[in-house]
Amino acid sequence: MLSNIGFALVISILILSFIIIYTASLDLKTSSRFITKNIYQLSLFQTTFTALSFFTLIIGFVNSDFSLINVYENSHTTKPFFYKIAGTWGNHEGSLLLWVNILVIFSYLFLIFNHTHDKKFRLYTLIFQNILILGFVFFLLLNSNPFDSIYPIPLEGLGLNPILQDPALAIHPPLLYVGFVGCSIYFSAAMASLLSAYGGRLFAQSIKSWVKVSWCFQTLGILVGSIWAYYELGWGGFWFWDPVENASLLPWFAITALMHSLIVLEKRNTLYYWVIILCLSTFILSVTGTFLVRSGILNSVHTFASDPSRGIYILSFLSIMIFSALIIFFLKHKKENYNFTLKSRETFILANNWFMVFFLVTVLIGMLYPIFLDVLTNVKISVGPPYFNIVIIPLVVPLMFLMAIGPKFGWIKSQKILLYKTLFLILGAVVINLFIYFFFGKYSFLSNIVFIAAIFLILHSLLDFKKFINVKKKFEIPRVISHLGFGLLVFFIGINHQFSLEEDFNLKVGETKKTNNYEINFESIKIKKSKNYKAVIGSFKLTNLKNNLEEYLNPEIRIYSNPETLTYEAAIKTKINSDLYLTMSNISRSDYYNIKFQNKPFMIWIWISALIIVLGGFVQLSLKKNED
Amino acid sequence: MKINISKIIIFSFVIFCLFVFQKGLKIDNSYDTKSLIGNKISKFQLSEINIHDLYISEEDLKKNKFTLINFFASWCAPCRAEHKYLVKLSSENNEIKIIGINFKDKKDNAINFLKELGNPYNFVGKDLDGKISIVFGVYGIPESIIVNSDLTIIKKIIGPIDQIQYNEILSTIQ
Amino acid sequence: MKIKFIIIITYILIEASANSSGSRTKLLDIYQNLRCLVCQGQSIADSNSDFATTIKLVVQDQFNEGKDEDEIYKFLTSKYGEWIVYKPIFNKNNFLLWTLPYAVLIFGAFIIFLLIRKTKHNKVN
Repeated sequence: MLSNIGFALVISILILSFIIIYTASLDLKTSSRFITKNIYQLSLFQTTFTALSFFTLIIGFVNSDFSLINVYENSHTTKPFFYKIAGTWGNHEGSLLLWVNILVIFSYLFLIFNHTHDKKFRLYTLIFQNILILGFVFFLLLNSNPFDSIYPIPLEGLGLNPILQDPALAIHPPLLYVGFVGCSIYFSAAMASLLSAYGGRLFAQSIKSWVKVSWCFQTLGILVGSIWAYYELGWGGFWFWDPVENASLLPWFAITALMHSLIVLEKRNTLYYWVIILCLSTFILSVTGTFLVRSGILNSVHTFASDPSRGIYILSFLSIMIFSALIIFFLKHKKENYNFTLKSRETFILANNWFMVFFLVTVLIGMLYPIFLDVLTNVKISVGPPYFNIVIIPLVVPLMFLMAIGPKFGWIKSQKILLYKTLFLILGAVVINLFIYFFFGKYSFLSNIVFIAAIFLILHSLLDFKKFINVKKKFEIPRVISHLGFGLLVFFIGINHQFSLEEDFNLKVGETKKTNNYEINFESIKIKKSKNYKAVIGSFKLTNLKNNLEEYLNPEIRIYSNPETLTYEAAIKTKINSDLYLTMSNISRSDYYNIKFQNKPFMIWIWISALIIVLGGFVQLSLKKNED
Repeated sequence: MKINISKIIIFSFVIFCLFVFQKGLKIDNSYDTKSLIGNKISKFQLSEINIHDLYISEEDLKKNKFTLINFFASWCAPCRAEHKYLVKLSSENNEIKIIGINFKDKKDNAINFLKELGNPYNFVGKDLDGKISIVFGVYGIPESIIVNSDLTIIKKIIGPIDQIQYNEILSTIQ
Repeated sequence: MKIKFIIIITYILIEASANSSGSRTKLLDIYQNLRCLVCQGQSIADSNSDFATTIKLVVQDQFNEGKDEDEIYKFLTSKYGEWIVYKPIFNKNNFLLWTLPYAVLIFGAFIIFLLIRKTKHNKVN
């Protein structure tokens, strides 16, 4: 029965989308300045039915209603309650339904929150957004329907992948989708802007908050995904330049560039067409990323189960989106006048965009090159972390310098920046870096430069923060917070990378391994039976040879029964100054266990720095509300 | 819309990329080393599974017109399935000598395996830690490599030998 | 204010040193640059597979013999193909891979340069 209800609700979304497109098109022609009431009502109905359909699927999971294939394939009666709910969006079909939900909710919210803006613009946005909704609902119905039913009804489900039973991963998709999918609204708004000739400052103001909100959530989503990878994927890393991670990073670069360019569009009424290109590109990148990751064209350890039929559909949808965007853009493009002096704030914002596009293109090339090479020449290569690190990291250095001094410049023309202050701070950064270098461990020349630039940005931001708090220049503070967060992020990632201790060795129960800094005693093994798995728990005593402190760590090997999987749970002790990380895995046909031990300094500060970046965004959103 | 060169370039580029994506969906993106032939095998020393001081090296392979090197183990189910083809090959063909390398296995289990299914090998070596498999570019078992008297790899068979591959082996050594 | 800041930095750095005076080992860097042939997108460093275990042994041997990084990669790519290294080798196949991003960077700089020059032009006129 749930299957029928869900299916009916999805059909009603489809019908409502058609009606909305039709009514909105008619409304475009009326002479009234106001949008007719019934469009608001239709949109509200659409939102209600969409939310209800999602709620229906959740009920299916909570009740373990295995008449739904989706529930059968992805859940199990013994799954803990919280993860039953999270299982709703932890699979391809359910996540698509979440995708549709966000498209619809944003469609409605944009409609009601923008009543000060031009009618034609808002109607066109609604129309394009609903075309996107139609595309996804068709995809859902034709290929990935979460409400498909199965008969006879199985008694038990196939279970949810145990790696996905984690709190961080449970909230990761909703967070990420608000960013990833939320950018659809300014894709539609950009198309609408071109067609209704509603540009410039007013356009910037209409989409400003949406860009910021999607940016904050995208950043949070990426952060939470990295935290999950760190705790769950058992190798102590948090970023692998893996296709799924890259797919979420591509829109992030575009949204960051867009956020900065919007400032220029609003203040100086220029860069309109570049902003439009960014708006269109962001959602196109989201869909491209989805295509790359869900069609099976790329190998990844993170992927959903892949299916080429999905690939064809998403590719067709992507093609239509790109071509319509290109055609409308070229039809409506007019020559724009530019006014950029070298030492002005808008030029520095342009520089930010320049870097963001560079990073974006690099990640895109890194992801796509193996595919292109394979298709065109049948040669298979791998492009992994070394490529991305080598190309991207050196350029982060000039970016950080510009992040510090760029905002110092005024609009249009330059002011005399305090040269002495800047030089003094650079000197301070060099001194601190040399201190780290000589007393704590040597590292490469490039790392020196990276640390200097990061410390410079941190010092600069802290001083700015103090100044703006005193002078009560509220609107500069969010930027300072986010830039400070970025400097801290690079700094702590650098420290973590340079000064991490990693050991990889094999031990039998009862043996001890001595390294330069630690003594690791594999004391015992214990077997524990839990609700849906059996665990082999190792007990390890770690003695820090420098200060004789002892810690106990208990990594696990978990054997799940539904589905039959083996996972390795790392034992992680998080402290304010470092993380201790231990994984244990069995070696087939041997009594030995492979042990990976890591001491990672300031690990938690990496997460905190990323949160500070997001904090800046939220602070700015709340400031705007007060000013209005 | 004016049609100018930059627009043509952009549209062609997009069409090209979408075309590559579409093609990319159809190709198999799993990787294997089947086509990594033509290189020479490097130096190795393989000790016999039973007799302590008996070794062969790559020099010994130069004496054979063709050599098939087969990696196997008693704990590997597909190895059991393919074994009959190796036995058939050794009995019906004098052109090719077969060397077996017992991979990460216990000596007694290997000997029982050969007692049970037949011994097609001119020499049975042992690779207890797997390092010799790396020298041959092997990454799973069963895997078989055919080299000629020049020590050049002329064929690789990834996975168990079946009838089709058996015929391919025969035509390779003609 | 500045003094407080210096105290915090010093504390951070003392903590960093107390916990480790380790620097990344070259061996682990090599493991992370090698791809596990039988896994779904994992490096040798991260994989627990049989194949990864074996490769680690061979790499350790060669490393202890004194071979440098590039020799080890050359050895492994001759056995398993270019696919096994994560850092693409700079050859005619991968030329575009390494140069395109920088081409984009230079192109972007060029555009910004043009924009500023146009402004100067307009100002003069």
